[in-house]
Order: sequence, then structure tokens, then C-alpha cells
Amino acid sequence: MAALIVAPLGRTDYVIYVLSSWLIFSIAAIGLNLTLGYAGQISLAQASFMGIGAYTTALMTLAGVPWLIAAPAGVALCFVVGLMLGFPALLVQGHFLAFVTLAFNTLFFLVARNEDWLTGGSYGLSNLPRPAFWAFDTARNLPFYYFTLIVFLASAALMWGVVRSPWGRAFRGLRENPIRAESLGVDTRRITLLAFAIGSAYGGLAGALISPLVQYIEPSSFAFSQSLRVLLMVVVGGSGLFFGPILGAAVVILLPEFLRFTEGYYLMIYAAAVIALMVYCPTGLIGVGRRLGDQLRPKREARADLKLGARS
Amino acid sequence: MAQFLQVLLSGLSTGAIYALAAIGFTLVWQAARTVNFAEGEFVMLPAFFVLIGVHWLNMPLWLALIFGLIVAVIVLGLLFKKVVVEPMLPNGGLPLIIATMALSILLKEGAKQVYGAEAQPFPSLFPQATLHFGGAVVSVQDLMNLTVSLAVVVGLTLFLNRTRTGRRMQATAQNPRVAEILGVNTRRMVLYAFLVNAALAALASFLISPIYLAKFSNGETLGLVAFIAAIVGGFNQIRGALAGGLLIGVLDNLTATYVTTEYRAALPLVLLIAIILWRPQGLLGVDEGRKV
Amino acid sequence: MVNGDTQTIAHVGYPTSIFKSPLVDNPRFVKQCVSAAVVPLGVKADGPAGFSPDADGRSTIVCSTLRSLTHKTAYRLIDRFGGPKGGEGMNRPRFLAAGALAAALSLNVAVALATDTVNIPCVCELSGAGAVAGTNFHDGAHLAVEEINAAGGILGKTIEMTDMDTQTDPMTSRALVQKAIDSGAYAIMGTIYSGSTIVNMMVAQKAGVPQFTGAEAPNITQKHNPFIFRTSSGAEKGVPALTSYFKDQLKARKIAISWVNNDFGKGGHDVFLAQMKKAGIEVVADVPSEEGQADFSADVSKIKQSGAQAVFVYLNEEEDARFLKEARKQGLKATLVGEVTLTGQKVIDLAGGAAEGAIAHVGLATSAPIPSIENFVAKFKKHYGRDTDHNGIKGYIGVYAIKYATELNGKFDRKALADKLHGLTLDVAKYPNMLLTTSWDANGELSRESFITEVKDGKQVVTGTVPAN
Repeated sequence: MAALIVAPLGRTDYVIYVLSSWLIFSIAAIGLNLTLGYAGQISLAQASFMGIGAYTTALMTLAGVPWLIAAPAGVALCFVVGLMLGFPALLVQGHFLAFVTLAFNTLFFLVARNEDWLTGGSYGLSNLPRPAFWAFDTARNLPFYYFTLIVFLASAALMWGVVRSPWGRAFRGLRENPIRAESLGVDTRRITLLAFAIGSAYGGLAGALISPLVQYIEPSSFAFSQSLRVLLMVVVGGSGLFFGPILGAAVVILLPEFLRFTEGYYLMIYAAAVIALMVYCPTGLIGVGRRLGDQLRPKREARADLKLGARS
Repeated sequence: MAQFLQVLLSGLSTGAIYALAAIGFTLVWQAARTVNFAEGEFVMLPAFFVLIGVHWLNMPLWLALIFGLIVAVIVLGLLFKKVVVEPMLPNGGLPLIIATMALSILLKEGAKQVYGAEAQPFPSLFPQATLHFGGAVVSVQDLMNLTVSLAVVVGLTLFLNRTRTGRRMQATAQNPRVAEILGVNTRRMVLYAFLVNAALAALASFLISPIYLAKFSNGETLGLVAFIAAIVGGFNQIRGALAGGLLIGVLDNLTATYVTTEYRAALPLVLLIAIILWRPQGLLGVDEGRKV
Repeated sequence: MVNGDTQTIAHVGYPTSIFKSPLVDNPRFVKQCVSAAVVPLGVKADGPAGFSPDADGRSTIVCSTLRSLTHKTAYRLIDRFGGPKGGEGMNRPRFLAAGALAAALSLNVAVALATDTVNIPCVCELSGAGAVAGTNFHDGAHLAVEEINAAGGILGKTIEMTDMDTQTDPMTSRALVQKAIDSGAYAIMGTIYSGSTIVNMMVAQKAGVPQFTGAEAPNITQKHNPFIFRTSSGAEKGVPALTSYFKDQLKARKIAISWVNNDFGKGGHDVFLAQMKKAGIEVVADVPSEEGQADFSADVSKIKQSGAQAVFVYLNEEEDARFLKEARKQGLKATLVGEVTLTGQKVIDLAGGAAEGAIAHVGLATSAPIPSIENFVAKFKKHYGRDTDHNGIKGYIGVYAIKYATELNGKFDRKALADKLHGLTLDVAKYPNMLLTTSWDANGELSRESFITEVKDGKQVVTGTVPAN
């Protein structure tokens, strides 16, 4: 925590920018983690929710509306869209939701690209203002980082609360054994929808921060490939685990920086590493950490046949 | 009228290629419950194997094609199954999906680094002649695409329904545990599914690369359309994949010509959402009922 | 050893953490038994205006904001003040100065002066959709750098060009431009894709670093950015050159346009529509397509149906090839006219016979029968073993533009460089490596003679020239 506060001090603008970017993507990943890791639903549309948040915030702040009003508006819009899109989630299962969200993301991209009277089309929206709160102006990168940090901590704390709440337990029940959850009285439909909507709202919040950070947005930043990136963050870090997405975002954003010296090969190394990770430790990096921890500090071994529970 | 015919025929031709990719995708899904996000790259890659054969190994075209096919079947079929899918099956669906996503990146970047970022011309397998048909122009390539796809579907359906191995493969797909109890070598059946997929992908690659040009990024759009075609047509029927592919090819062209060009890419997506909501088994699929 | 007699050399600038001079020169002073020390002083752009010399002229400041003192300067100081035998005794620490170097202490000025190298990074698309264009730009730029360095560099300084791959992603390019600026770039070469440039040029503008882009979308020179400079004409200059061709030579009354739906294509499309309206030519089919689209049957069919006499084709190379092939297959009779890409060698290779008869207006033609260009193409081929395209020329002349303009200024001053370029014309007779006489206006827009080309017998042939507009 203290590390987060002192990390950007004394660094170049570039490093501060990358750190801010990491925090923003962590927010998006945390949201997706709720949908995917806790509630077990595959969403491939997180980037489009980021896009909705980003464009809403951009359009409103360009019209003079302060960020503190524009951003929540964007987040609320994402929540509503999430509800509407999630409705079919009740009707289909598993992989099909992935395709529906994939379709939605691509449609969003097309609309953003074609409707240039609203979104500026391929030209995008530029000169987006950075918020200023009384004396605290975020025009320079360092103050903006702290602003992002505050938003990040608030949203992470909120998620912590959600996960620890009865809702959170319901989510986990849904993931582990949906039939049993239903038989225990958990309204699977409502809960699934809620998870998806909240996760999308987090995506919107991340988008609302991207607009002032980059100060320019255009459609291809929110295309399907970005959704895959966020998904990768969640899975690589460890889905279903609280710190997983944060770690995953760090890996996906910061690792390419370190691997830059390999030039063209770094994406290949990266992809190969992800495959290896999935083969050996599908619970992601945090899973790796846990396994190492278990090796060093052996715990009591639970009975293997009780592990899966009474699943079919 | 001539325009309609033109667009229809071109659409069928492109759709036939989508169908090949979709069929392979469906096979793998049925056999191993694997959603192969790298299917697009599987169609992109064999063309490069052929180009390597022709330009680096100085093979004549016919030999390079065979070479490409064999390499594709080994790498994209056998190796894919052994190295990527098998270790991951016990871990469940999601890690496997992520792994195939990563695999698609790996293959894409690999093709780019090894062969180059530029699009490469790919030799056409058929004479360049064209036929005029009611005011529309159809190339020999177009006709062959359709013919090959139909032949594949017929052949594959016969194989799956009439031969022992084919029926074993179907059994493995429908209920692996029972099949195993009944003495079917399920692992081998799954392997066959992967091999057939690789072969189909290679075939699609050879048919499409003369027009699309061999480029490392070809897989992106092809993969997406293959999924959509498979789902729209019906995930559990080979015929469905063919129907889905042809339908999308034709509708895409018709939309672009008569309705809107800017949103032409939206049509398959809307179709996908509609099908998933109202007929999840696909147009030709058989309702599997709720699985408990 | 530091004592009351130590000469203090102030190394002024910000941030001090990257100063190399104290680390390099202080041990040297110790070794040579010179009682002098380099002391970093953190002074920002808005810091105190400067140190003024003493009456006896011996107080001066060595200031170099982001680089080390040159070894030359350090040794000069050793000669003047150092050694057990030499030098004058001083009774108190004094600030030494080199007067000519004491310019304004702002970060924007006098960067590379005190060092042997000048940092000009190449931020370009080396992977992703723009890999081909970026690689050619990069190679052209490096060729220029090698030539210039072999001939003594710019004002005696060697050019140091680091490569940064933007992966054709606008956000990555923005971050990399920031990184380049942080490491003290004098000027930046790149990016080529309009989408990336429009994003990252804001960063360069904020830091006051001149940027030389290969992008062609009109909006880039419409944002009142005094630090952006093109290396090829934007669409708003290129497309109008075709208008008279359509109107007078082809005598076309009905035209169709096939364009790629991204910012590059849209830019050309919008300019084209405006031009056709002015010329009174009817646009009977407006057909956008996707980047990377492979199937053009619907597009060609629509155009065929519309009865257009000519088609303006504004796509990227591969799509050009696919379009040409489909047009040939469907027997499209209209004349196909493009801008920049349609008659390029790459398109000819990919489309084969289908490219025959295509016409394009080209700002830079590697096939132009002009000695300077032929020379360049041969040089490039010798060096890299392959042919290049217009992007290679862009990279090449961009670096030379920096050299020539800097030498005209006589100093390394970023703002002065930008100011100099506005309204500058570099006559190819005096500045041969510009390849063609080139001018920039106050918005960084480039003006230069251009060519009408046609594909004949599988080769791009120049059939006419268009004067600079």
C-alpha cells in the first residue's frame, strides 16, 4: 500500500503514466473478476464497457460537465447496459455468453466508428480535459496518478465489501455448484445478472479514467482485442481470487515493458508463457504463489474425495 | 438481377470456405469440448507452410501442397492435441479457452516473425478462367470452393455415419464415458477429430489464400466468422456448419450491396445474438435439451 | 581533493538524477590531481534566469540541461585550471562558465550542445498492421543517419537513433513518445499511422519537441500544433491534384469512391467529396470497406451497377490488390484512379495482371525518373537488399530535414528548429538529399512536386508531374 504511494515519486513521466494505466486496468480487471472468477460467467465485452464509460465521460466533460458528475453517469449507464445485456445470460449458458458478449463488443466498435456525429468516428475525441478539484489540479501526470490511486482504492474496497457480503457468498456458490445453490434458495438469475452488471460498471469506471489520462479516445482502443487483454489479466493473475486481477494487470501491462528488448519476439514469448501457465497452474499466478507456499509450509491435507463435493 | 446473382454466387463461394473452417471447429468442439479460439490461425498457417515449401525448399507446387498438408496435420492436429489440449483437459474449460487464445497470438506472431509482415501472393490451384452466368461472373475458383465444401460435407457425413471409426467418433462425442466402457478407444477418436480439423483447415487455407493473400493477420476475421457460422448453423451437426457458413457468406454480401456497407460486419453478429437467444441449437441443430 | 580552493563547475538543469558528468569527470579530475569538481544544480525551466558573469569575466557557468559535459570541455577546464603546476589560485569556490553556452535555462533549449551525440529516436510501427510502412520508414531514416554520421554528423554531433516499436497501437505510441522525450530527444521521427500520430503528437507538442511524421490524414495539420511536420503531403493536398485529372483528362461526369473506413481513409474520402462537389462531378457510389477486408465482390458489384466512369480507390496496399483483382474478374470497365498506394510495387506484385492500367497520384514515387530519387532507390537496395516504398523516402528526407534546418540555425534549439521550418523551402539544388524541393507552411504541412503514375506492363511508370501546391 505504501509502495503504491511512493512508487511514482522521482520517476519519469513515462513511468508514472504506465503506473496510472496499470491502476486503471486493474479496476477493469477487478470488475471482470467478479463476473468471471466469482460468478463463473464468461464476459468478452469488458472493453466495450470501458468504451461506454470513456465516451460518456469524454462527451460530458467536453461539454463542461465536471468529472465528478460525468464519471458516475458513465458508470450508471454501464450498469444499466450490463443489466440489459446480461438478461440473455439467463437464457444461455457457458460458452454462449462468451459469444454474445463478443458480438456486443464488436457491435459497439462499429457504432463508435460509424456514428461520427456522436463519437467523432475514426478521428476520435481529443483534448479531453483533466479534472480539477479546487486546488488539486490533475493536469500533470503525478497528481493524476494520485487521483487515480484514490479512485482505485475506493473501488477495490467496495469490491472487497461486495465479495465478503452475502451477495459475494451467493456468487461463489453459483460458481462452485449452480444446482445446489439454486436448491438452497439462491435466485441464480438475479445474482448472475447482478454480477455481470457490477462487473460492467467497474469497466465503465475504468473507462471514465482513461478519458482524462490519455486525453484522446478513439474506437479501436475499445475493440474486442482489448476485452481479451482484460480477460487475460484476470486469468493470468488468478480468477476468483481478490488480488488476482491486480497482479494480472501488472503482468500484462508491465511485462511487455521489460520484454521490449526482445523486439518482435516478445509477444511470442508472452503467449508461450501464458500457455505454459495455463497448463501448469490454471489458477493463475496467485495460484502459483499458493502452491509454492504450500510446498514450504505443508498444511493439513483434506480428504481428496471430499474436495469436489457431491457433484454429479 | 445480374447484380443479385453476382453477389449471391460470390457469397456462396466465400461462405463455402467459412463452412470448412466451421466444420473443423465443430468437430473439435464435439470431440473434446474445446472451443478453439485459434481456429482462424489454423486456417492462416498452412498457406505459409506451402510458401516455405515453394520458396525456401524449392519444391514444385504440388509437392509443397502435400508438404503443407502433412505439416499442418502434424502440428495443428497432433501437436496441438498433445501439447496444449491434453494437459489442460482436467483443468476445465476456461484455462483451455485462454490457452487457445494465447496460442492464436503465438501462431500469428510466429508467422509474422518467421515469414514477414507483408501479404504474400499465393498461387492459385485452378485456372484463372471465368464463366458468365446470367450476367454474373463466376471464376473457376468460386465453383471449386463450393464443390470442395460440398464434397467434404458429404464425405465426412458418410464417414461418420457409415464407417466404424466414424461411429466411434460420434459415440465419443456424445458420451465419452459410456463409449469408453463399451470399448471405444476414446483417446484415439479424439485424436482423429483433431487431425481431421487440421486437414480441413489446411484445405480451407489453400482455397482461400489465392484471393485473400497469405498474411499473418488473416486468422482474425476468419476465426470469428467460423465460430459464428458454427453456432448459427448448429453446433452439433456437420450439415449445420455448412449451412451456417454459406448463410453468412451470402447474407454478408447481400447486406453490403443492398443495405449498408458500414455496418456489414454487424450482420453476422446480430444473427449470432438472435440465434443464441431464440434457437440456441442453431438452425439445423438438434435440440439437446437441458443438460443437468 | 576538495578544499577551499576547489574550482566548482555548476552543471545546471533538471532532473539532476540523469546527469552523467559528475560521475565521469569528477574521478578524472581526482586522477589528474585537478582541484575541481562538477556540482549538479537542479534548476527548472522556470528557475532563476541565469548567472551573470563577474566583472573579471571569470565567473561563467557550464550549463547543459540533459547531457554530460563534453570531454572536450572538461579537458579544456583541466588545461586551464588544473594540474599541480598550472592554473591560477583561487581563494574561494567560484562558478566557472562557458559564456557561449549560457543560453536560457529552459529545458527546450541547448540540449545536445554539450555532448558528442544528438538524440533523435525513431518511434514507428515495427509490428502490427503498420509493420510494412513503419519498417520502410525506419530503414530510410537509418540510412540517412548513417550517411550523415559518416559525413561528420549535424554540427559535429553524431546522431543517435534509438528504435521504439509502437505496435501500431495509438496508446502505446503515445507512451513511447513520452519515453523518448524523457530520454532527451532533440526531435522525433515518426509515427506513420495517422491514428497514432494524432494521439502522440499532443505529447510532443506539450514538451516542445519537433516531430516528423509520415502520416497523411488532414486533421494532423489542422490542430494548430507548431511542432508537427509532415514528410509527405496530407490528403488535403494530394487529392485535389487529382481533381483536374478527373475533370479535364478523363472527362468523367460520374465517379465512385472506394475507401477504407479508418481515419486515413476517411480523411481522403472527405476531401474527395468536397473536391468533386466543387468540380461539379457526381459521386454515384460511395463504398466504404473495412481495414483488412478480403472480399470485395459486393463493393465492385455496387460500383459496376452505379454506372461510374471512373473510380477513386483509397485503400491500403493489400486491399488495393484484392480490389483490383475483383474488378478485373467482374470486368469493371471504369478507370481506376488512386492516391499514394494504388500503383505501388507491392500492389502490382500482389494483384498481378489485374493492376494493369491503374492510375495513381503519388507524392513520392520510387519509380520517378528523377536522378535524385533513382539514386536513393539504388542506395537503399544496396544497403538493405530490397526495394523500398514511399515510406522509405519519408524516413530518409525527414532526418535530412532536421539536419539542414538545424545547420541553418547553427545551433541545437528545438523551438528555433520548429520556427525555422515554418515557411522554409529547401531547394534540392542546394540540399540534394531532400530528393525534391520541399516546403513547409506554418502548420507543418508539406508542399512538393508530385507525380501521376500508371501501371504499364507490370511496372509503375510516371506519366506526368503535378507542381507543388
